Amino acid sequence: MVQTSTAPLPSSARPYVGTGQRRIDGVSKVTGQARYAAEFPADGLLYGHVVSGGALASGEILRIDTRAAEAVAGVVRVYTHENRPRQPWFDSTYQDQVAPPGIPFRPLKDAKIVYSGQPVALVVAQSLEVAAYAASLLEITYREEPFRTDLAAEQSNAYVPPEKRAGIEPPPPDRGDVDRALAEAPVKVEASYFVAAEHHNPMETHASTVVWNDGKLTVYDKIQGVVASKEYLNEVFGLSPDDVHVISPFVGGAFGVGLRPQYQLFLATMAALDLRRSVRVTLTRDQMFTLTYRPHTIQHLALGAERDGRLTAIRHEAVAATSTFEDYQEVVVNWSGLGYRCPNVAFDYKLAKLHTYTPSDMRAPGAATGVYGLECAMDELAHAAGIDPLELRLKNYAEEDANTGKPFTSKQLRECYRQGAERFGWSRRSPRPRSMRDGRELIGWGLATGFWEASMQQTSARAVLSADGGLELATATADIGTGTYTILAQIAADAMGVPIEQVDVKIGDSSLPASPLEGGSWTAASAGSAVQKACFGLREQLFHHARAMEGSPLANEVLERIIFTGGRMEVANDPSRSVVVADVMAALGLEKLAAEETAKPDQDAQENYSGYTHSAIFVEVRVDEELNVVRVTRIVDAVAAGRILNLKTARSQILGGVVFGIGMALEEQSELDHRFGRFMNHNIAEYHIPVNADVRDIDVIFVEEHDDKVSPIGVKGLGEIGIVGTAAAIANAIFHATGKRVRDLPITPDKLLRDDVDGVSSGMARAG
Amino acid sequence: MNRFSYVRPDAVAAAVRERASDPGARFIAGGTNLLDLMKYDVEAPSRLIDITRLPLRDIQEIDGGLRIGALVPNSDLAYDPRIEERYPLLASAILAGASPQLRNMATTGGNLLQRTRCVYFYDTATPCNKRTPGSGCSAIGGINRQHAILGASEHCIATNPSDMGVALAALRANVRVAGPDGERTIPFSEFHRLPGDEPQRDNNLAADELILSVDLPAEHFAANYTYLKLRERLSYAFALVSVAAALRLEDGKIAEARLALGGVAHKPWRDEEAEELLRGQPAERASFEQAALRILSGARGFGENDFKIELARRAIVRALEQAAAGTPQSQSDKRVQ
Ligand SMILES: Cc1cc2nc3c(=O)[nH]c(=O)nc-3n(C[C@H](O)[C@H](O)[C@H](O)COP(=O)(O)OP(=O)(O)OC[C@H]3O[C@@H](n4cnc5c(N)ncnc54)[C@H](O)[C@@H]3O)c2cc1C
Ligand code: SF4
Repeated sequence: MVQTSTAPLPSSARPYVGTGQRRIDGVSKVTGQARYAAEFPADGLLYGHVVSGGALASGEILRIDTRAAEAVAGVVRVYTHENRPRQPWFDSTYQDQVAPPGIPFRPLKDAKIVYSGQPVALVVAQSLEVAAYAASLLEITYREEPFRTDLAAEQSNAYVPPEKRAGIEPPPPDRGDVDRALAEAPVKVEASYFVAAEHHNPMETHASTVVWNDGKLTVYDKIQGVVASKEYLNEVFGLSPDDVHVISPFVGGAFGVGLRPQYQLFLATMAALDLRRSVRVTLTRDQMFTLTYRPHTIQHLALGAERDGRLTAIRHEAVAATSTFEDYQEVVVNWSGLGYRCPNVAFDYKLAKLHTYTPSDMRAPGAATGVYGLECAMDELAHAAGIDPLELRLKNYAEEDANTGKPFTSKQLRECYRQGAERFGWSRRSPRPRSMRDGRELIGWGLATGFWEASMQQTSARAVLSADGGLELATATADIGTGTYTILAQIAADAMGVPIEQVDVKIGDSSLPASPLEGGSWTAASAGSAVQKACFGLREQLFHHARAMEGSPLANEVLERIIFTGGRMEVANDPSRSVVVADVMAALGLEKLAAEETAKPDQDAQENYSGYTHSAIFVEVRVDEELNVVRVTRIVDAVAAGRILNLKTARSQILGGVVFGIGMALEEQSELDHRFGRFMNHNIAEYHIPVNADVRDIDVIFVEEHDDKVSPIGVKGLGEIGIVGTAAAIANAIFHATGKRVRDLPITPDKLLRDDVDGVSSGMARAG
Repeated sequence: MNRFSYVRPDAVAAAVRERASDPGARFIAGGTNLLDLMKYDVEAPSRLIDITRLPLRDIQEIDGGLRIGALVPNSDLAYDPRIEERYPLLASAILAGASPQLRNMATTGGNLLQRTRCVYFYDTATPCNKRTPGSGCSAIGGINRQHAILGASEHCIATNPSDMGVALAALRANVRVAGPDGERTIPFSEFHRLPGDEPQRDNNLAADELILSVDLPAEHFAANYTYLKLRERLSYAFALVSVAAALRLEDGKIAEARLALGGVAHKPWRDEEAEELLRGQPAERASFEQAALRILSGARGFGENDFKIELARRAIVRALEQAAAGTPQSQSDKRVQ
């Protein structure tokens, strides 16, 4: 059998993995040759423009007058709930791969308004301009029903989701006696924290180009996994698997908004099938705010500790927003049970129904939110106990995952703390808030821990070696800008001992070997393992052929002792005995040699270990004492994530995650006006994300971590860990700088100023 | 976006004629604001009169001052050596706004006529008196962190978003315009309006008038000035509060003061009484605080934006300190001086 566990190859045979490699798709991207969903041409293409619903979040469309729009030259059809083609009856048909429990939103189903800005019509025309113009001519009257979008007001109606979302671990059972432990704790803190709603806003807005060819569809979709779109279309439109081919070679960012097929895919496909023409639907930037979002969440934390800082109690409660029609869930409070060692822990995770679209996963869903609360509370505890925040964390270091009682597959967090603190200069921190300054700027140093789940998913891949030495890899997975193309090429080039330039990577195509959605930071581990396994399949075939050749220098060898390097198979420690791969292919008269394999997570490791990625993030802020202008001047993020495949793309992932964290801490918020039930700042001039001036020194350290359990290639994944803890570290640094504890994200200037004026920190922690 | 026709005249008179002949027509210069408004269906011009071919791209000497053509791009203006040397306050204010790409496109005239950033104004699904007179003001009782604390009315509490305009107000520029009946000059302080009961009107330019130039007077305050802008990220965001301050000092005393605020009202806000109050005073914090209190004595918040009153007070004091010390705010180093 092919060797699939981590038998690490001799390092001489790994010129690519672990080094910094440029993106193999970089040139095609910067020269505009890489095509995105809205860029694929098609003969006779029609353009659909979505009409978004009005400023009400519940009610009914009374009348929708399409006559003026239909009268515009070039308009082909105006679809509304009144004239749309027949749809499947059962709601369950619309459930996509990651749909939470509930009834998925069905575009143009009926006259009902279930959220503000929902699609209410699709205008299809000969050109984008005509479609957009005609769309502005629709006259729609609504009957409004009462709606609720205020999370704070809905807290009292919050409920424990009756049905669990697949793949999302509900809070573990409480342990110990938290009430008593809190009552007896000599030091305790208790506070509420708020994380604002955020929209993903990838650079590329959502788009689908549906090419109709005699009843068969080729669909170019913006999606984090072509299989999800394909399955959705097969189900919803009752198409046979052969009739739908989904292609998505490049994705201009997604951050989770591309996990579920979005309504433009439904609408474009509906129109294409009905009109028997090719149709493209592209969403505008403001319509991106009518898609899913990171749910705003209210958390309440209480921590109790001995005087020396040893934790005795943690209570972590959260109420998160969801829609009226689906129970979106994420892991928010569980982190408090595994982050630190603590005998008494109580959890509570509830949802509150709001008349918005259903929230969904956004970079480090749940953890970005829950760890923010936990890590701020830890900082408040350190302050209350008079203990250095780093020391507090070391004192409560968790050696095992107490939620499950399982050991970790690996955990080099201690090393993250040590290396991060040293690089940052943490030991020079003066403990008292407001005790470090430079002129009119107060300086603050804060830290936080980051946690994220490390997992892999079953994935298949094919590797095809050509007589000319070219190596083609194929798997359906996506590259949402993370560098998937490049790391797959690296892994394969090393496995086969060929230059990376000879490797061609094909992904984002539903006809390729099956792969899950790109999410959860599992793609490198999953697709990477599959590709390696396929390459090992090739190696095995080549070796057997080589060994069988007459007079083969490998005649008495075993595969384990063979190194593939420089286009040759050679015996380890005896390079004089080798066979040229091309010679084997030629001798056999082979044009191509192929291997297809499926990599699965190790069952035993899954059952007996807990896999997590860890980080320690250190932040310096400078805050103008009078004007409260906050500058994040220095960040050190030390990350332990198993094997690092590509230092360059890995660092980019962490940088991106950290910048996301800066946005979460200081800028990002989708602002609801409850009178309209509508997110109002729906463009990126008014929805603020960090700009260059907000991003200064970010120093990324990858701490060495060997893990032979988490995935066959020892990789944990890096897409999400960069954001986790970052907002807390910034909030903690601001507290250290100013003595002001703002617990509502984002920490905008008004909140820091209000704190000055009121004279007390908002909801000051009760320290005992 | 609607359908429109497009013309590109070569002469000012032709442009004015085009405009006068079609009430639905709009001039378009850099297009950085107008095109966005068209995409949002906030503006639906029947005709676009592209004015970028008009001979209004020069900066000329006039009576010791400078005449800035309406089509001079914001970036050219900010980096013009005469502006950098003689009117650094103006250069600084321009560089505090938007992004390099936008400043390359944006023009002097267009900048003065850019419309408010009130989120309701941009969303045709919501009531807004400025967009649809009589429909109501959604910002009152709604999202208004960015909104006015001075000179607002019950009909509209929007702010003028321009940075450049704040410096021009402090410098007491004049706006030269051409209409069907000829040219006239409008003092900057009278160019923009308060909302009153006609919030749909941002300024006192007649519908068929074209801005020809902005004229800067000889006094330029190149020694003691600053433009201090506070916002929700360190760059590329509209002002919560901004302050243009310029002083002429004699023996440690203030011989003349100029002070204008951005982000706080429907127009760049100048308070001549506060300027007068500073005259003859020592250039020190106590005087600055008095001036700040004077400017803000009529200030009023609408909920989310209450904090702006205190923020403006502090910003005014700091800006005057920067100006007095001759340490103007750098627009590239984001540390507040
Ligand atoms: C994302 C973003 C961020 C921004 N940030 C800032 C900021 O921080 N600070 C800031 O000050 N500005 C900012 N701006 C606004 C920018 O400065 C203005 O959009 C720009 O100055 C407008 O100039 P323009 O030439 O492009 O005007 P246009 O869009 O061409 O025109 C605007 C209006 O002026 C009229 N007009 C133009 N020229 C004349 C003329 N000569 N006579 C009569 N009417 C005329 C047009 O008819 C139109 O109504 C930002 C803009 C964007 C999009
Ligand atoms: S503040 Fe002015 S622009 Fe904003 S909603 Fe009210 S009327 Fe409209």
